[in-house]
Amino acid sequence: MNRLILNKIVLLLSTLSAVIGIGFLFWILITLSYKGISSLSLSTFTNDLVEGGIRNLLVGQFTMALLASFIAIPIGMFAGIWLREYSNNSRLANVIRNLSDIMMSAPSIVIGVFVYALFVAPFGGYNGFAGVIALTIMMIPIIINTTDNMLSLVPKELREAGIALGGSKHKIIVQIVIKAAKVGITTGILLSFARIIGETAPLLFTSANSQFFTMDLTEQFPSLTVSIYNLATYPDEASRNLAWAASFVLTIIVLIINLMGRYMTRNKK
Amino acid sequence: MGGRLFKDFSFFSATLSFFILIGIFSILFTYAQEALSEFGVEFLWSETWEADEDDEGGIFGGYIPIIGTLLSTLIAMVIATPLAMGIAIFLSEIAHKTLVKPVSIAIELLAAIPSIIYGMWGLFYFAPIVQATFGGQGVGLLTAGIVLAIMIIPFMAAITRDAMNTVPDVLKESAYAMGATKFEVIKDVIMPYAKGGIIGSIILALGRALGETMAVAFLIGSVMSIPSRVTDPTTSIPVLLANNFAEAMDLEMSSMYYLALILFVVSFAIISIAKFYFLSNKVKA
Amino acid sequence: MKVKDFNFTYAGVQEPSLKQINLPIEKNKITALIGPSGCGKSTLLRAMNRIHDLYPGNQYQGEINLYGKSEKSNILELTKENDLIELRQQVGMIFQKPTPFPMSIFDNVAYGLKLAGLKDKDELEAKVHKALQDAAIWKETKDRLHSSALGLSGGQQQRLCIARAVALKPDVLLFDEPTSALDPISTGAIEELISTLKEEVSVVIVTHNMQQASRLSDYTAFMYLGDLIEYDKTETIFMNPAQKLTEDYITGRFG
Repeated sequence: MNRLILNKIVLLLSTLSAVIGIGFLFWILITLSYKGISSLSLSTFTNDLVEGGIRNLLVGQFTMALLASFIAIPIGMFAGIWLREYSNNSRLANVIRNLSDIMMSAPSIVIGVFVYALFVAPFGGYNGFAGVIALTIMMIPIIINTTDNMLSLVPKELREAGIALGGSKHKIIVQIVIKAAKVGITTGILLSFARIIGETAPLLFTSANSQFFTMDLTEQFPSLTVSIYNLATYPDEASRNLAWAASFVLTIIVLIINLMGRYMTRNKK
Repeated sequence: MGGRLFKDFSFFSATLSFFILIGIFSILFTYAQEALSEFGVEFLWSETWEADEDDEGGIFGGYIPIIGTLLSTLIAMVIATPLAMGIAIFLSEIAHKTLVKPVSIAIELLAAIPSIIYGMWGLFYFAPIVQATFGGQGVGLLTAGIVLAIMIIPFMAAITRDAMNTVPDVLKESAYAMGATKFEVIKDVIMPYAKGGIIGSIILALGRALGETMAVAFLIGSVMSIPSRVTDPTTSIPVLLANNFAEAMDLEMSSMYYLALILFVVSFAIISIAKFYFLSNKVKA
Repeated sequence: MKVKDFNFTYAGVQEPSLKQINLPIEKNKITALIGPSGCGKSTLLRAMNRIHDLYPGNQYQGEINLYGKSEKSNILELTKENDLIELRQQVGMIFQKPTPFPMSIFDNVAYGLKLAGLKDKDELEAKVHKALQDAAIWKETKDRLHSSALGLSGGQQQRLCIARAVALKPDVLLFDEPTSALDPISTGAIEELISTLKEEVSVVIVTHNMQQASRLSDYTAFMYLGDLIEYDKTETIFMNPAQKLTEDYITGRFG
C-alpha cells in the first residue's frame, strides 16, 4: 500500500514541477505584456532613444545580429560540413567538435571582454564592428553544432547514391546532403539567430550603446538589449517604462523567431 | 578545382573555433598578467577591492565575487535540480501524448527568453515577493539564485529528458510486467540507465549558471561584501565585470581579466567534465 | 567485367573480407551473387564501382577488369578523381534502400546527366523520358515530373533510382539487394524490369533471396566467408551444385 502512495506522491510532485515551470512562463509573459503594452505607443517605434523611442535600438540590434549571421552562418556550416563529411571522425574532428560544444555554453561576458581587448582597446573606443564580432563568436559554435547534427541524420546511402552516379564529393554535399538536411539546418539557424539577438553581455563593452540613429559601425552602436540594462536602472519612470516597452518588443521578436523555427520542423517525422 | 577549395575552406572554418578558443585563453591570460604578478594566488582569497585613484593601482581581491558566483550557482542548482527532474519525468513518463508537445514547447520558450528579460521581470516582480517572504532588500543572493534556477531548469530538463528517452521500452516494460509502480520503474530502471546523461545535464547546467550575467546583475545587488544572510546583496564575477569593467583602468582592469580567466577556466573545466565523463554516450558517431 | 585474384580488407581489420576471388561477369547477362550474411557478396559488389573509396583505409589486391568500349582497364588502378567519375558513369549502382534525392522526379533522373556535363534542355528532357520509360515508370510519373520524388511509394522510388542509373547508359549495373526493402508486388515489378534491362547492360545482383536468384539470373556465384565457393550457370548451381557447401546453402541447411 505504501508503494502506491509513494508512487502517487512522486507523480504528483513531478506534475507540480511542470505546472510550476509553465506557471513561471505565463507569469513572465503576462507581466511583460502588461507592462510592455501599456508603455507602447506609435512614438516608441518612430523615435530614437534620444527622443524616448526604440527605433534606432531595433535597427541597431538587428543590424549587428544580421551581420554576425552573414559571417557565422557560412563559417559554421562549412565547419559542420568538414566535421561530418570530410574528417572521417578523426581525433582532430572530435576535439574540434567537443571544443565547439563547450564554447556553446561558455560565459558570454568573457567573450565580450576578449573582443574588447582585440577590437576595442586598440581602436580607441567602442564600435559596432566589435559588437558584430562578439555576436559572431557566440553564433559560430551553435551553427557548427546544428549543421553537424543535421548532417549526421542524412542516411549514408544518399551520399553513396550520389557518388555512384559519378558526382564529385563537394557537389554531392551541396546538391544532395545539405538539401536533405535543409529543414533542420534552417531551424537551427533561426534558433541561433533568436539567441544572439537577445544577448546583452557580449555587447556591453564592445559596441556599447548609442542614443542616436546611426549605421556607422566604427562608433558606438545602438543596442536594444544594452539599453534595457541601462534604462532599468534610471530612477525616472519614463525610462523604466521604456525599458519595459523594449523588453516586451524584444521578447516578442525572440519568441516569434523561435516559434517560426519550430514550426518548420513541425511536419518532419 | 572547386572541390579542393571547398574542402580546404571547410577545414579552415572548422579549425577557426579551435583558434578562437586558444585566442580567448591567451588574451585573458595576457591581460591578467599585471594582476597575476601583483597579487598571485592570494587573489583568490583576498576580500579587498579598492581602486587607488592616484596611482591607478589599488588592492584587488577576487574572494567576494568568486564566493558570490559559487553561492548563487549553488542555490540555483539546489532549487533547479529537483524541479528539472520532475519536469523531465513528467514529460517522458507521465504526460499524456497530447500534452507532451505543448508542455515541451512551453519549457523551450522559457529557455528562449533572453537573460535580460529575466532580470527585468525578476527585479520588478519577483524581488518584492522574495522580500516580503524572506526579508532583506529584495535584491540579494537568494533572489538571484532563485531566478537563476528558473533560467537553467529548461536546459537541465531537456537534456535529462533526452537521457531518459534513451531507455529502451523493453526494459521498462519488463519492470512494469513485474508489477512495479511508475515511480519504481523510474527509480530502479530509468534513473540508473540514464544516470550518465542525468548527472551530465546537472553539471552542464552548473557550468552555464556560473557564467550567467544579466539576470544576476539585476538581482544580486552588486555590493562588494560577503552576504551574512542569504537575502543579503553581494556580487559575482560576471556581475562585477558587467558593472565595473567599463571604467576600470590598469591594475583594476587586469584584476578583472584575472577574474574572467578564472571564470572561463572553471566553466570550461566543468563543462568538459560533464561532456567527457557523463555524456559520452551522447556523442554521435 | 572480370574479377581476378581479388582480395579486399576493410580498414582497421586484420583478416581480409574477400580472398582470391576470380569471377567473370558476362556481357548482357545477369549474374547473381548469393550467400549467407557476411559472406562478402556486397563487399565484392561495392568494389566494382570503387564505392569503398568513400571510406578510407581499405585495401585492395588483384584486378577487377572492366571491358569497356574496347580495351580493358583494371579499375583498381584508377587514382584520379576524373577516372573514378568516369568509372561510375559506366558502372551504375542501385542500393537496398531506395535513395531518391530531395528534388523533383525530373531532377533526380537528370542528376547524373547534369553531372556528366549535359546542359542542353531538350536533350536532357529526351534522355530523362527515355530513362523513365526504360525503368517502366513513365506512365506513373509523366504528369508529375516536377513534383518531389519523395512523394513516390517505395517501389516507385526504387524504379526511379533505376531510371536515374540507366539514364547514363552504363555498361554494367550493380544491384545491392534491390528488393529486400520492398513489398512483394513492387519486388515483382522490379524483377521484371531487371530482366528487360539485360539487353542493354550487364547486371550483377546481390541477393539473399535464392528464389529471386534462380528466377532472374543467368549465372550465379555462391560465396561463403569471403571465398567464392562455386560459380556456374544458374540452372547448374541450383539443380546440380558441384560443392557440398553450395548444396547445403541452396537446400536451406544454413544461411
